[in-house]
Amino acid sequence: MVELNFWVNGKQETIGIEAGEMLSDVLRYRLNLTGTKVSCNESECGACTVHVDGLPVLSCNYPAQKAEGKRIKTIEGLASNGTLHPLQEAFVKHGAVQCGFCTPGQIMTAAALLEENKQPGVADIKHALTDTLCRCGAYPAIINAIQAAAENINNGTAIEYPSFDFEGELDVVGQVVERPEAIAKVNGEALFTDDLSFSGMLHGATLRAGIPHAIVKKINIKKASQLAGVQAVLTADDVPGRMNHGLVIQDWPVLIGTGEKVRYVGDAIAIVAADSQAIAEKALELIEVDYEILPVVDDPVMAMEPDAPRVHDEGNLLKHIKVDKGDIQVGFQQADLIFEETFFTPSYEHAFMEPECSIARITEDGRIEVYVGSQIPYADREQVAAGLDLPQDQVRIRGPLIGGGFGGKEDIVGQIHAALLARATGKPVKILYGRHESMLVHPKRHATQIKVKLGLKKDGTLTAAQTELFGDTGAYASLGAKVMGRATTHSTGPYIVPNVKIDCYAMYTNNPPSGAFRGFGALQAAFAIECMVDSVAAQMGFDAVEFRRKNALRAGSITNTGQHLTESVGLLECIDRTRDELMQVTGGKDPFKMQIIAGDPHKRRAWGFAVAFKNTGLGEGAPDKASAEVELYSDGTAEARISSAEIGQGLVTVLQMVTAEELSLPINQVRVLLSDTDLTPDGGPTTGSRQTYISGNAVKHAAGTLREAMKATLSERYDVVPEEIRFIEGLAQVNGSKVPYGKVADYMKEEGRQPKVLYEYWAPETYPLGESGDKHFAYSFASQAVEVEVDLETGEVRVLQVIGATDVGRAINPLGLQGQIDGGIIMGIGHALTEEFIVEEGQVFTDYLARYRMPSMKHIPENIKSIIVEDPTRDGPYGAKGVGEISTMPTAPAIINAVYNACGIRLNSIPVDQDDLALKLRESANEAG
Amino acid sequence: MVDKYVIASSLQEAIETMSIGNPSLAVIAGGTDLLLDIQQGRHPQPDILLDVSEIEEMRAIRLDGDTIYLGGAVTHAEIVHSPLLMEHAQCVVEGCGLIGGPQVRNVATIGGNVAHALPAGDGTIALLAMDAEVNIVSQDGSTRWERLVEIFAGPGKVNFDRSQELLVGFRFPVRGNGEASAFHRIMRPQGVAIAILNMAAWVKIDAAGSFADIHIACGPAGPKPFRAYQTEDFIRGKRFDEKLTTQACEVMGGEVSLRTSRHRATREYRAQLVPVLLRKVLDTAISRCQ
Repeated sequence: MVELNFWVNGKQETIGIEAGEMLSDVLRYRLNLTGTKVSCNESECGACTVHVDGLPVLSCNYPAQKAEGKRIKTIEGLASNGTLHPLQEAFVKHGAVQCGFCTPGQIMTAAALLEENKQPGVADIKHALTDTLCRCGAYPAIINAIQAAAENINNGTAIEYPSFDFEGELDVVGQVVERPEAIAKVNGEALFTDDLSFSGMLHGATLRAGIPHAIVKKINIKKASQLAGVQAVLTADDVPGRMNHGLVIQDWPVLIGTGEKVRYVGDAIAIVAADSQAIAEKALELIEVDYEILPVVDDPVMAMEPDAPRVHDEGNLLKHIKVDKGDIQVGFQQADLIFEETFFTPSYEHAFMEPECSIARITEDGRIEVYVGSQIPYADREQVAAGLDLPQDQVRIRGPLIGGGFGGKEDIVGQIHAALLARATGKPVKILYGRHESMLVHPKRHATQIKVKLGLKKDGTLTAAQTELFGDTGAYASLGAKVMGRATTHSTGPYIVPNVKIDCYAMYTNNPPSGAFRGFGALQAAFAIECMVDSVAAQMGFDAVEFRRKNALRAGSITNTGQHLTESVGLLECIDRTRDELMQVTGGKDPFKMQIIAGDPHKRRAWGFAVAFKNTGLGEGAPDKASAEVELYSDGTAEARISSAEIGQGLVTVLQMVTAEELSLPINQVRVLLSDTDLTPDGGPTTGSRQTYISGNAVKHAAGTLREAMKATLSERYDVVPEEIRFIEGLAQVNGSKVPYGKVADYMKEEGRQPKVLYEYWAPETYPLGESGDKHFAYSFASQAVEVEVDLETGEVRVLQVIGATDVGRAINPLGLQGQIDGGIIMGIGHALTEEFIVEEGQVFTDYLARYRMPSMKHIPENIKSIIVEDPTRDGPYGAKGVGEISTMPTAPAIINAVYNACGIRLNSIPVDQDDLALKLRESANEAG
Repeated sequence: MVDKYVIASSLQEAIETMSIGNPSLAVIAGGTDLLLDIQQGRHPQPDILLDVSEIEEMRAIRLDGDTIYLGGAVTHAEIVHSPLLMEHAQCVVEGCGLIGGPQVRNVATIGGNVAHALPAGDGTIALLAMDAEVNIVSQDGSTRWERLVEIFAGPGKVNFDRSQELLVGFRFPVRGNGEASAFHRIMRPQGVAIAILNMAAWVKIDAAGSFADIHIACGPAGPKPFRAYQTEDFIRGKRFDEKLTTQACEVMGGEVSLRTSRHRATREYRAQLVPVLLRKVLDTAISRCQ
């Protein structure tokens, strides 16, 4: 130990630290200043930014001893005397806070910028924050917030909420409100799992196979067990209950035992609990494992071959999904022209800013409690209980705040391991994944190969669409069959096609598992069909927009799965409003025609276009329901409770608004409690763009029922008919007197009624593929136009502008909606230009954030014009449908189509490989002479 | 974890710590590369980290008569904000300004960039175009100046023992009449933030508009940071025009040894970028001579 003397947020500190210890660890774990976040621990993301003598540095890679005698400022030290710094206030008001995990780093980096540059322009902000990453993609709001804060500091201009084009007609729904947890997220008080600490807490670590396919011959834990400070080393022999976990099929071993098979590099062999993280990691090195190496299958098409290595005993086919509509042969016979093309999408990594963390402990009453940021707490409970052979009521899952999910926090990762170690040691155990482990272990986006064949009449009418899809579901099922199901049904696009045939093969391989990821298979399908449609329109000489318009689904259409769409099909409105805006921006010039840039002879610009649709909810026969409870308290406040997850998308705000609307309560008198299997009823998975619709409805009905119960009580007590009772701003108006809600709650209790309502909401029924009836109860639609610039010499592609129209049914929470749309588009830019999760023969190449580049502020366009289309759906709360996924789907194909329009090269895969594009451009230039 | 983290307050103290002769000593300045190399297993775990980032001699940027002295522990941010360097070595300012975000630039040092010996370190390539010299101090206290281009031994390797000798600083001549420099690079949006190809040029244009002298550095164009001597020789003495540029691009294309790096760039693509960058750095540097 060495002594460190320094100043932190104005206070002198003298503490003992380890030689070489990093500043972030000292701040977080020794001084309990957990506002400073560690996301990548490799100097890539900026989340850990603090000021040292006024300069921003990355504390995760800054030896604390360098800070000797220096002055450190962390996010906790930015507000003065309880008054938020203008940046903090502006971040809250502009919706620059989503999951909140990167927020302290963003604000600290921005604060340093404002010290140096009082009035930064957009370029200055992008330059300063280029390495401060936000996976939610809140960059446009962050830029606005920084400029608003600068204005406030310089001129005293008040920091206002942004305004929106659409106007809510309701009291609360549709109005601009801040996230209830936003203040905690900007001042450093927000607690994520790794910010929690328990007395006597041990640190867990997991031994990974590191090889993609093998049989475990022998595991020797003796040396590891004997290492001083090690409290437990567990293997498969120590799993008392179900050996496998899995959300649909339980095929994923909790630990791989002797004689059993390793199916991917991230498979867990042993787990260790020790007094420190360093000892736990040292112990892993002492575990000896003998493997019999097996041949690897790493490609879903090759996995179909009869002689391919078998990942599972039953074979490599997880599911063959089929769609048949009309007669495909007749459809192609009717066609004047037939086109066929194959498209490829790679795997992608969620790269949520908060790496996975689970803390398990035994409670005083002997139950197991697991703290974890999970998108499906009740599924975690079932799986932890099964693994430990406990009844489900002996397990409690508690969710602190969650630093992003995007589908990547649906499966089990460390939850069962932490619980096993806590039970073995009797002590709290934390398992925190580093970024490297996170990238190796959790399920990714399915890589796909999608063949599209279209038949058309000369006038551009589609007569037939046939697609064949292969999806790489990796080593375990996860949600693979569901994801590829969605890819299947979305693979012919949001178009009217009388004759359809689709075959989709979800294949096991020795790659990391694939599962849920924003867009859920439909994103991959949208890439293929939208590039295809664009290519066909160009070859047939049709305008890209008109061609889509002609074939677009509309109310009255029958989908490829035979669903009769009766309402809420806002696709044409999305297309028209995007086109109108595009015409305005380009001044009526053909936006899809290549532009030469004056003074820059090697650059070309053009717009590209794409559309998408995405189901809301689970669909295809899966029972889709959520339970919510709303309670009124004697102090006049209300609380809504549901287990669903706030992963940055703004669910807390939505449910708070819905409750306030239904109860006619001021919004600040409504609390929302999420993610706790003891205290909150099951809201189902936070997936499939379903929370606003399903949980929103559950809370709406619970609050509505409570309102009726309040009326009933007042009606009896005051002897008036219920119709004469009014609720206004937290006061019941009865017979000319105003009764505070707190009083109403007391009256209800006096009558022996609980002032709370538990409501189980069931979404409209859906039917599996192959059966008649609706496959989904609602669809969202979107269209986007993207302008790109291509450098003909270097192949570099830049996105300049985006226009996006999104049919969300009803805008409930404008700031959250803006975040979802901006963030979706930015993730789409990432998928098209910056990201690719590369696996070679089962080994992950992109195993650090340095190798997997999410979009940074420098990649975002100058302008994102977002148009909200509200084509309400009958059963949605106030007409709302899902938005979380749809906004990200048209972006990548629109970019690829724009690249073609700009330079004449048609790409059939993402991301754009500028190397390949530059070489193709040279070839085509040489051919042209 | 290291056994000891020593922050040297003077060159003398650093030398004394090095003279213990512990082969498991690593010199650290900003640590932005080294600490990650250690954490991710690319560098063996040292017992002692010797922090040289506070040594006064290594922190200086100054005008010494007709040379500019640049301390090895000067950070990228300090370089970017230095009017002296902006005047005398604009390519160094440009190269260092492109590295990382402000958080990294506030910590990462130019000496660390050079001693890391990556073939395409942006600061390294820029200093190479300045034809800089390096001051190296041995544990016995002896000190010597070497030409920067001479100290590289291969990717990540230098020809002095980094646990026994210390890179203290750099020097290069002040800017004379008709002299200017420029730096450009091409990045790939995917993968590690190292240039696909970077290039820096320093030029001296005489009154007649010919190249009185020129230095061109480029990376990765071989196992070490690369000086394009043949291209320089070809250009020297000639007038700057389109014909010369075209021919120079050809000469340089034949001189560099490019390779394909997995998931980053093909040899062919890099070859295509050589003339693109050469034109850019020449155009920019010459425009700054006027």
